[in-house]
Amino acid sequence: MSVSAALAVPTVAPPRNRQQWLERLAGIGFSSPAFLLLVVINIAPLLVLLYLSFTNYELGALHTKFLGLDNFRKAVADPVFRRSLGNTLVYVAIVLPLGVGLGLLIAVLLHSRKRTRSFYEVVYFLPVTSTLIAMATVWQFLLHPSLGPVNGVLRALGFHEIGFLSEPAWVLPTLAAIEVWHLVGFNMVLFLAGLSAIPRDLYEAAEIDGCRGAIDRFLTITWPLLGPTTMFVVVTTSITAFKVFDTVAVITRGGPMGSSEVLLYAIYLEGYQYFHMGYAAALTLVFLLFVLAFSVVQTFVLDRRVHY
Amino acid sequence: MATLPLPAAPRAAQPITPVSALARRAASLLIVHMVLIAGAIVILLPFVWMVITSIKSPPEIFAVDFSLWPKHFNGAENYGNALSKVPLLRFALNGLIVCGGILLVQVLVAVPCAYALAKLRFPGRNALFALVLLGLCIPIQVPALPLYMGLARLGLLNTYFAIMMPFFLSVFAIFLFRQFFKGYPDEIIHAARLDGMSEFEIVWRIVVPSAWPAIAAFSVFSLVAHWNDLYWPLIVISDMNLATPPLGMMFFADAESGSNYGALTAAATVLTAPLVIAFLIARRRFIEGITMTGIK
Amino acid sequence: MASVELKGVGKSFGNVEVLSKIDLDIADGEFLTLVGASGCGKSTLLRIIAGLEVQSTGSVLIDGASVDHLRPHERRVAMVFQSYALYPHMRVFGNIALPLVMSRLNLFERLPLLRALSLRRRRIMPEIASEVQAIAEQLQIAALLDRRPAQLSGGQRQRVALGRAMVRRPAAFLMDEPLSNLDAKLRVHMRSELADLHARLGATFIYVTHDQVEAMTMSNRVAMMDNGAILQLGRPSELYARPASVKVAQFIGTPAINLLPARVGPQQTVELFGLDLPIRVRRPAGAQLTLGIRPESIAATPAGSPPRSGQIALVGRLHRSENLGAEHILHVDLATPSSGSVTCKVAVDPDRLVDAARNIAIAFSPSSCHVFDADGWRVAEDDMQPSIDTDFRAISAVGS
Repeated sequence: MSVSAALAVPTVAPPRNRQQWLERLAGIGFSSPAFLLLVVINIAPLLVLLYLSFTNYELGALHTKFLGLDNFRKAVADPVFRRSLGNTLVYVAIVLPLGVGLGLLIAVLLHSRKRTRSFYEVVYFLPVTSTLIAMATVWQFLLHPSLGPVNGVLRALGFHEIGFLSEPAWVLPTLAAIEVWHLVGFNMVLFLAGLSAIPRDLYEAAEIDGCRGAIDRFLTITWPLLGPTTMFVVVTTSITAFKVFDTVAVITRGGPMGSSEVLLYAIYLEGYQYFHMGYAAALTLVFLLFVLAFSVVQTFVLDRRVHY
Repeated sequence: MATLPLPAAPRAAQPITPVSALARRAASLLIVHMVLIAGAIVILLPFVWMVITSIKSPPEIFAVDFSLWPKHFNGAENYGNALSKVPLLRFALNGLIVCGGILLVQVLVAVPCAYALAKLRFPGRNALFALVLLGLCIPIQVPALPLYMGLARLGLLNTYFAIMMPFFLSVFAIFLFRQFFKGYPDEIIHAARLDGMSEFEIVWRIVVPSAWPAIAAFSVFSLVAHWNDLYWPLIVISDMNLATPPLGMMFFADAESGSNYGALTAAATVLTAPLVIAFLIARRRFIEGITMTGIK
Repeated sequence: MASVELKGVGKSFGNVEVLSKIDLDIADGEFLTLVGASGCGKSTLLRIIAGLEVQSTGSVLIDGASVDHLRPHERRVAMVFQSYALYPHMRVFGNIALPLVMSRLNLFERLPLLRALSLRRRRIMPEIASEVQAIAEQLQIAALLDRRPAQLSGGQRQRVALGRAMVRRPAAFLMDEPLSNLDAKLRVHMRSELADLHARLGATFIYVTHDQVEAMTMSNRVAMMDNGAILQLGRPSELYARPASVKVAQFIGTPAINLLPARVGPQQTVELFGLDLPIRVRRPAGAQLTLGIRPESIAATPAGSPPRSGQIALVGRLHRSENLGAEHILHVDLATPSSGSVTCKVAVDPDRLVDAARNIAIAFSPSSCHVFDADGWRVAEDDMQPSIDTDFRAISAVGS
């Protein structure tokens, strides 16, 4: 056999190019439904919102006028809008520390329980699965000035009855308390997962180094190493609180006297009751801005500080 | 280097005798459980009250003195009342249809897309992923307005499709599955390709079965979220026959305007029960699902 | 620096006994290694000394005083963990300083915001800083004080863990497999560094490992453990030359010792493969024995060549040889009814020693044999006497 014949290699269409082409085709094919939906559900509506916010469009109107930034100026000056934004921010300010703090407390208390742990986990998580509207109706009854047990206890202790959902000063904190009741179990589960990720020998090393009590252990090891989890819980809790709508829509309708009117409810009224589409679009964009602030900015600011 | 000198004696700490150590442990255990039980009472109070009120009779509900256990059982009448005034079971059925439909499409759309983002190279991949990340920050209430307008113009309000449609795409699912798929060994996929499998088959017959935990966890998350969603159904549905549980509850509360607490709590029980029971059965999956969302 | 004593220390988890009544005296300044396979209880014992586990029975004494009721940090011991357990959120300085901060400042002087108000803290922190600096310079990590553990290499993390232990000036250093997470070369280097450290500090080191090389090279004494009990306690050379049991003999030494089944012959000599060896034992005839011979004690010669006087020779077939460069390890199949196989080390190319049928002869002297009884325990010296007939003809078993 001659050397050249032995060395001759049959020419084949290089498989790599074909494979690459197939891969590209598959990639585009697989992601096109998602991409299409992304455009239809997220991108196009965003663009429409942007456009609408510069107009005074009302549903079914025949003529629309271009308003420039007037809608936004109107929002800034609008007392109703400002009140709803203020209410929402106060609401978040109440829900956030309580929701995160209580979730953390329960998780820390539960973390070292062995036999009772799953019982308490189930109990605290129940509200998360329940339909908030239904439970809110029950809360309405529980907090009823004359019929509810909460006021009954207050009366038995010698205090005056409190109209939790009828007095303007009490409405927002009460709704916040219901929200905390609803989401503390969720945060607890997240914190439990974060606690489990802390290596046990760090606690042992700390004990040998002199960490005596629970407070020492918490400050030296637990809190710093829960950083990423805490950040995640803070972000999700603040966004969830900011999106409050259900309880307001069903129980208080923004009352009494607008003291529980929140941002989403104001948008709902403007867009779907009064049909001021242009104005509602502007308000929605403001809403989006705040949500982005909560998620993106918090993540970037805190992220570097919590990861080791 | 010479031997280091002996240290000063440590600060005199009370040597812990076995008895005092035991007493301290018992005391802290007591405090811990007291706090946990107090919290548990607050958490369970609405549930207990709801179920009990739903079987009480009106005079007892409005009585001034409180007794936990009803003296006269009025359950049948309350539940019957609730079930007849509004189609409660219909609401639950709608919840099933809507949530099931949403979940099905979500998984069908998200799985291939997540696989493509994780394992395939194609033009526009990075841009697509950036859009997915952006979508994570946009809650449904933002595109709701234009979507509503669009559906109204197409005459599609008051349909199952209208309720389900904005949720067909779950960027969260894409993100979650992508994380999972990224960890899947490339060699298995290469071996499958060499065996002549098409990418489509690889996705559904090889990769998906191993991603089952992630899919199950996401399903839990999706079901809970959409069963309890009020905002969007409220916007697109005015026909009570299509109402999902939260919307149905709202209708009912409107209709009753707060006087028939027995029926109200009965309705609340009926609508809350499915998820609660499902949770009690599939506890592990629920908690895994929530935990997975935290592990980004 | 202090002595550590364990008196009757036992530990059970429920019904499972993990440690059975351990008695151990560790002298002040001694380097003692607890060695054994995984699950033998060595780590549990170390943790009991540290106070991280409470023993079920028995007592731990440090410097003659019982410490059973003392919490870990009150016992004045320091521990280096297998994973180093460095605090990831603190810099190296903070890691090393933590024991001092914990012991010298009270709670309010440590709380994040309130501590700025404390004058005492302002006075004490510089003292702490200079101590940390001194330790860091000793360990040559002074340049790393500002880094986080995640930015350090394995060897550097190890030194930080050592520094954190040293800064406490403990009565004893407890080390739980500290070298296991390092690669082979670094391990060799750190072995000598630890030995140097021990010499410099003159402190008591209690070291746990599953690696017999570490145990042999670094320790003053070695305690070999198995199934919750100490099999043998002694200097490394003792464990090598006079292993108390088959398990000890197998654990120490690479390649592992050869173990051959043997019996007590009718003349009360050791009978191996039907041959009477010139070793007398005071055991009843017919009793089962195990004969152990280390590979390095076996010489290989061409088959058929006469063995040296006083040596026992066996013939077998060369199954496989491994070339280590300076020496070769031979695996020889002995032609016996119960086909045993023997490993030995030679310095020459084995091809010179085998015949065409790959037959090879191995020889060893009776004095390098270790005899164990049926339970695996060493047959005591006074139960053994080499046979009076030193002028023995070599015996060889002819292959079948």
